[in-house]
Amino acid sequence: MATVELLFSALPEHVRTARLVAAAVARRAGVDEAVLDEVRLAVGEACTRAVGLHMSHGLNSPVRVSLIEDEKKFSIEVGDDAPHRRFSLPGGTLGASASAAPSANGDGGGKGGGPGGGLVEAEGALLPGARDEIPEPVAEEDEGDGEMGLAVISGLVDDVEVTTDEHGGVIRMSWPTIEPVLP
Amino acid sequence: MDLSLSTRTVGDRTIVEVGGEIDVYTAPKLREQLVELVNDGSYHLVVDMEGVDFLDSTGLGVLVGGLKRVRAHEGSLRLVCNQERILKIFRITGLTKVFPIHSSVDEAVAATD
Repeated sequence: MATVELLFSALPEHVRTARLVAAAVARRAGVDEAVLDEVRLAVGEACTRAVGLHMSHGLNSPVRVSLIEDEKKFSIEVGDDAPHRRFSLPGGTLGASASAAPSANGDGGGKGGGPGGGLVEAEGALLPGARDEIPEPVAEEDEGDGEMGLAVISGLVDDVEVTTDEHGGVIRMSWPTIEPVLP
Repeated sequence: MDLSLSTRTVGDRTIVEVGGEIDVYTAPKLREQLVELVNDGSYHLVVDMEGVDFLDSTGLGVLVGGLKRVRAHEGSLRLVCNQERILKIFRITGLTKVFPIHSSVDEAVAATD
């Protein structure tokens, strides 16, 4: 189990909280003080990206942050629930159904509440689903900061791994710890 | 820590003094400020980042957006920053080649290209 786990609603105002918690746990775990700024920035970028993905897909689920203290390293995993369509089958039925219900709910309103609502929702989601052909959401004018965020992470962190599938993605990062910290 | 913004003019330059944290939550305020300045006809901006404690890629995106806006009016956007941890982010992303970065507001105001 992770040393500390954090779930937060996918809203921009909570990213700072995740940064502060991650830096505090990293410090306690023995990550070098000189590297804490990098930890703070990297986890902020990962959480910002996850928040952006959840918002653009209309997901209500929280962003997950796991802070894991091992003997010689400190790891952070940031998980999102956004379907990454690049890995879906042609036609993308898997990804579409995964994202269908939340985005249909996000549209709100009373529509689609009739009998066989599940089927209606699934069909309705074909429209927003088409938008998902774009691999990553791109902010209106800002050079697609989701991708810039990944660029920052890979420039900062030596040990980083990004995995994605139709159910979501995880960014794993780790830093060496210098010495065990006594309680 | 929130974002603080203040502006003043020196000659034809508008200095935007930024303090606090620029991240996904606060960056929209900086964007609004830059957009407002350009809409009001301020095309030569100096963004003073000496009071910035934290900057992420969202903030970089806003600065790039500001640069695009002023360039559309043949303007300029210069940065003032001496903090290594902030400069590092510009280096990682290659944006040191895009933004003129100065060590003081006076230097930025005097610069002509």
